[in-house]
Amino acid sequence: MRYLPITPEDRKAMLDKIGVASVEELFNSIPADVKLTKKLNLPDAMSEPELRRYFAALAKENSGSEMLTFLGAGAYRHTSPAHIDQLLLRSEFYTAYTPYQPEVSQGTLQSIFEFQTMVADLFDMHASNASMYDGATAAAEAALMATKIKKKRDKLVIASSMHPQYIETIRTYTAHFVKEIVLLEIDPKTGMTSTDELAKIDEQTIAVMFQYPNFFGVIEDGKAISEKTKEMKALLIPVVIETTALAILQAPGELGADIAVGEGQPLGIPVNFGGPGVGLFTASEKLVRKMPGRLIGETKDKNGNDCFVLTLAAREQHIKREKATSNICSNQGLMALAAGIYLASMGPKGLEKVALMNVRRAEKLKKMLVEQTNCEIAFSGPTYNEFSLMTPIKASEFAKKMEEKGIVAGLPIDKYYPALDNTLLVTVSELHTDEELENFVSATKEITGGAK
Amino acid sequence: MKYPGITDLKMAEGLIFERSHAGRQAYSLPEENLEGVLDAIPANMRRTAVLPLPEVSEGDVVRHYTILSTYNFSIDHGFYPLGSCTMKYNPKINEEIARISSFSQLHPEMPTHLSQGALKVMYDMQNMLSEIGGFAATTLNPAAGAHGEYVGIGVIRKYFDEKGDTKRTKVIIPDSAHGTNPASTTLHGYDVILLESDEHGKISLDTLREKLDDTVAGIMLTNPNTLGVFESDILEITKMVHEAGALVYGDGANMNALLGKARPGDMGIDVMHYNLHKTFSTPHGGGGPGSGPVGVVEKLIPYLPNPFVAKKDDDTFVFAASDRSMGMVRSFYGNFAVILRAYVYILEYGNQHLKEIAENAVLNANYIKAALKDTYHVAYESDTLHEVVFNDQDMPNHVTTLDIAKALIDRGFHPPTIYFPLIVHGALMVEPTETESKETMDAFIDAMKDIRKQAEVNPENILNAPLKTRVARPDETLAARKPVLTHCTTDFCER
Amino acid sequence: MTKFPENLKYAKSHEWVQKLDDRFRVGVSTFAAGSMGDVTFVELPEVEDDVDAEDSPCVIETVKSSEDIINPITGTVAAINGELEDTPETVNSDCYGDGWLYEVKGTDASEYDALMTPEEYTKYVASLED
Repeated sequence: MRYLPITPEDRKAMLDKIGVASVEELFNSIPADVKLTKKLNLPDAMSEPELRRYFAALAKENSGSEMLTFLGAGAYRHTSPAHIDQLLLRSEFYTAYTPYQPEVSQGTLQSIFEFQTMVADLFDMHASNASMYDGATAAAEAALMATKIKKKRDKLVIASSMHPQYIETIRTYTAHFVKEIVLLEIDPKTGMTSTDELAKIDEQTIAVMFQYPNFFGVIEDGKAISEKTKEMKALLIPVVIETTALAILQAPGELGADIAVGEGQPLGIPVNFGGPGVGLFTASEKLVRKMPGRLIGETKDKNGNDCFVLTLAAREQHIKREKATSNICSNQGLMALAAGIYLASMGPKGLEKVALMNVRRAEKLKKMLVEQTNCEIAFSGPTYNEFSLMTPIKASEFAKKMEEKGIVAGLPIDKYYPALDNTLLVTVSELHTDEELENFVSATKEITGGAK
Repeated sequence: MKYPGITDLKMAEGLIFERSHAGRQAYSLPEENLEGVLDAIPANMRRTAVLPLPEVSEGDVVRHYTILSTYNFSIDHGFYPLGSCTMKYNPKINEEIARISSFSQLHPEMPTHLSQGALKVMYDMQNMLSEIGGFAATTLNPAAGAHGEYVGIGVIRKYFDEKGDTKRTKVIIPDSAHGTNPASTTLHGYDVILLESDEHGKISLDTLREKLDDTVAGIMLTNPNTLGVFESDILEITKMVHEAGALVYGDGANMNALLGKARPGDMGIDVMHYNLHKTFSTPHGGGGPGSGPVGVVEKLIPYLPNPFVAKKDDDTFVFAASDRSMGMVRSFYGNFAVILRAYVYILEYGNQHLKEIAENAVLNANYIKAALKDTYHVAYESDTLHEVVFNDQDMPNHVTTLDIAKALIDRGFHPPTIYFPLIVHGALMVEPTETESKETMDAFIDAMKDIRKQAEVNPENILNAPLKTRVARPDETLAARKPVLTHCTTDFCER
Repeated sequence: MTKFPENLKYAKSHEWVQKLDDRFRVGVSTFAAGSMGDVTFVELPEVEDDVDAEDSPCVIETVKSSEDIINPITGTVAAINGELEDTPETVNSDCYGDGWLYEVKGTDASEYDALMTPEEYTKYVASLED
């Protein structure tokens, strides 16, 4: 095996030094009853050329990745500059461990400190941590953190327009810590959280969580939700999954967020069949010491030079154990690095341009679909790069017919909302050309017929 | 034997913001007219906060991060014996395959008939990990070891809740355990009962018996434990716990010692998480991403988190869900690209070679122990498998574990894990892994002996280490008293 | 042998209690302040919080540790030492003076009476140091 350098001669010399006759003797502390006597039922070993052949064949089975797609719904395809992946392949970054020894980890520490800065700036919040697993667990940890701050309250309020997987994850994590979770329903016309529903926010409310743009693609009126939340002295926790949108949408800090979380995958990270992306976690100044996860801080070394260290570790599991703010240890460091390089590469203008390119395509596609096909836009609320399309036939049937034309048209929402079986969630990005948008429209026209 | 040592040729590099110069860009996007596009967003929903990201060219970005990378020590530099972290070599073929675009660009909501390759990877990994650990089923959802612990204890809780057995409110955890164990346990509303290790650093059957009753939901143990010692009473332990009606959670952090040699499932462990970023060689990325799949025995399968991959009669793969599940614990299905790397790794070793990983890892650790046991105090006399814990007992001139760690840096090695496990005062936990050569370990052994000698004759050299790195020991008190967690990027610096 | 102030009483978990007119002031002894290392942060309770004896309404953090203060007196928090927010190191440098933590309006005088006298605490600490 190419990864095992110990030769038979080495082994002999080492066993002599240890004072045993065989490697097997070193396993004597394992009871004989449970020692494996047969080979595991695993495939035969493969050499590198065999591995390449095997995976090339397997990759072909992912035929969808070669098709024109309009999928989003929590994972977003964007252009990622070539240098990001090249830099991730610097093995000084990707084969290092968590920076426990700061003198030999300044590369990781500084780059994540910069990531924390840029994420805090993007969210317009005081501070960001060094990352969480993903947006859903970041949201769940935010809810848990809120329960520890508002100890005397027992109700969590979530806008039902949040990604269903996020709501489910929050439910799992808070099961033993909140009495009830109350959902705010949407206005079926606008696709935004109904203002009437805000009355459910009351003095027992720990926190109010909402996603924008929401699961249906609609941008929520964060100001209205924020006002009611503040009035009831609950914590405001906005969730942003499509984080490129923050270049042009009101940032969580502008809305008065106490904690704000999100998903960093759209920031230059491939969709990777759902992971790894990177969970983003930010907080206001007074809540910094309640945050979960690693934090990197600036300090001086003993010679007075600027440097960086893991800090505020007294919050964490390795010190506080059962009383820790969270159980998180490993995070998504390398993906945080990727998001940091992306934000540095795009800069304020590049990110804004990406955002506007997304809006332009969404608006153009919506307009063409309404004008030229027998489909409608499901909600009147403003959107970013994703919208809900009402199809005259079942959305899943429509999607199948589009597949036959080589297009993965979007996500039939009935996967999560069985009642909305004629709604398709369609997502565009700067990667789509005008021609591809036109292909979508002409294929749709062939399936559903022209405009009414 | 000459140890590598370090010399320093490093560029000085400030923060990326210091390279910023208005008008520069590191992106390439098509030219198009975007005038008036913003009108689609209502004015009261638009961003007004400044976005003070840097403006730099592509060359600036590449130089900045390339220079920063040179400030790191990594497994590709040299020996990285962080105990309990299993810093083994990260094969390059894994990186190549994880980057095949029809895996990396595959959308998680892609219809399953268009993503059969990815589903097969997941299905095979569920089964192969179950086979390796001796379990009936495995979930790939958890993103890291601690996330796996969270899932494992959640499965136990759901199992008892469904049985209506609500009086079980406690989980027993040995004092040698990782901090994540108690932290994960309380997230499910359980109280932690601390189990003191005996004089051999192991679980005492008598102490355990005293703590076991019908209010205990389970025990969380690590085997081999964090001292590298195999709990040889494991069959008695699991039997005793089961007789009390409780379940046994295994922390798989140290699975590298057992690969192909023994299976936790055969020892009576009911639930265990694997760390793919330890045992199965996926890179740790300076902190993550990891992956922490969880294997369970038959009766716990219904409670695993959703979703999982199932095979249909026509040999195609689909996602499935259990309505008795503990729920979802993240978005989508897991850290797929990490799982894919581990899959490549297992296939490369195959059934013929997998056990050589454990054999070489255990051989290497015992070699270091034998070579250093007369120089450094070995915390416990018990036989050890894949790692060994020394401490700073009897060091001259007030030299401590921290000083030894820093002095190793000057000699070209990453320090071992220090001050863990907590039951060893001044612990130095060394885990060489199977991918290190005898020459590398001999050099490390020489460095450790040299440090011991210098501590006596030239302690200043050790007490002030590291002397050859770009920065010296940081002031951690200053960092924690007045935390500076972001760089002030705006003129006003409202934050 | 370490001397401990005569006007205070002490708990086994190394908190001191000073009886004031209508309330009790709580801090940590030199034994605790000396052994825990450089204090980096003190998490204080809020005024008007109800605290039971054995609660831990206050946490003292150092770089590598997090120490719960075990509240010695049942009652309502009447004051907190807000200065510690900016200067947590006072707990190390002046633990009986400016490094006090919080004050409680107590309801049960017997709790105070049951605490150790300086002489008892001196003996207790000596027994720990053996």
